[in-house]
Amino acid sequence: MSEHIVPTRLYVAVCATLLFFTGVTYWAALQDLGKFNIVVALAIATFKAVLVVLFFMHARYDLRRTQLVIIAGVVWLAIMLALTLSDYLSRSWLPVAG
Amino acid sequence: MAVHRTGNLVGHFHDMEQQNEASSLGMWVFLITEVMFFGGIFLTYTINRSMYPFAFAEASRELDVTLGAINTAVLILSSLTMALAVRAAQVGKRKHLIIFLIATIALGSAFLGVKTIEYIDKFHHHLIPGNNFHFPTTPQMAALDPNLNAHAQLFFSLYFAMTGLHALHMIIGIGVMLFLLKEAVRGRYTETYHAPVEVSGLYWHFVDIVWIYLFPLLYLIDRHQ
Repeated sequence: MSEHIVPTRLYVAVCATLLFFTGVTYWAALQDLGKFNIVVALAIATFKAVLVVLFFMHARYDLRRTQLVIIAGVVWLAIMLALTLSDYLSRSWLPVAG
Repeated sequence: MAVHRTGNLVGHFHDMEQQNEASSLGMWVFLITEVMFFGGIFLTYTINRSMYPFAFAEASRELDVTLGAINTAVLILSSLTMALAVRAAQVGKRKHLIIFLIATIALGSAFLGVKTIEYIDKFHHHLIPGNNFHFPTTPQMAALDPNLNAHAQLFFSLYFAMTGLHALHMIIGIGVMLFLLKEAVRGRYTETYHAPVEVSGLYWHFVDIVWIYLFPLLYLIDRHQ
């Protein structure tokens, strides 16, 4: 068995980081950053999600094959978001009826 | 046709390591379908929010940020206990596995309890989409969005769809944890065989990630104004 055993201390450190950034995202929401409020909120959420995937879900220690599947999934999600939003968000740019 | 087994090793795998890797890969493929499922709902939310930014910001302020933040912390802690449960299974500590599974079930239930309090509060304030939906509107707010009631209702429809589907995943997760607990008490999981604990852990952490995005997107819109 070549299973990787993650030390308990690392799990606790990841958990503490996640709790800290929950506080940060709340604090950031109260600041007036204009259009960047949403950018900061999503950046922090993505950072937290990456920590969960890498350590709690062991993606860092997984086989390359499994890592490829995870990355491919994220790429498909990005395609769905990018293509749909590029349509909806650009509709008001040109004065075309309908 | 019966499956040929040698202990916990099913006939079509070469050894336990290969079997465990296949389990983990299979769970990840399922989670990718879940990512696309929730991704579509998040996309719907983003488009509606970009169309009615004022109504969504006003409606978001009706949510209780303190309860949302507490629930975020509860869920992160449950992810920690889940990760420690998987670790206990890996090193073959049955007692620790049982303790951490119970802790995970308790924290997951606490999350659902807080969610129930929030839902009841929305009932009392007429914020459930339907005939009796009534959003508290001042004349200044009505001047900025004449259809505020309808657009706020849209926000709450999405709020209940997203948090409701997330809660459903939590309920299923707690059901899975109860099954693992029953099997762990029977001494079913060992250092060599604990794939069910491992893949259930992957599912639990995924549900945590969904909430990590739901919290800022639903509760923290334009709080600074």
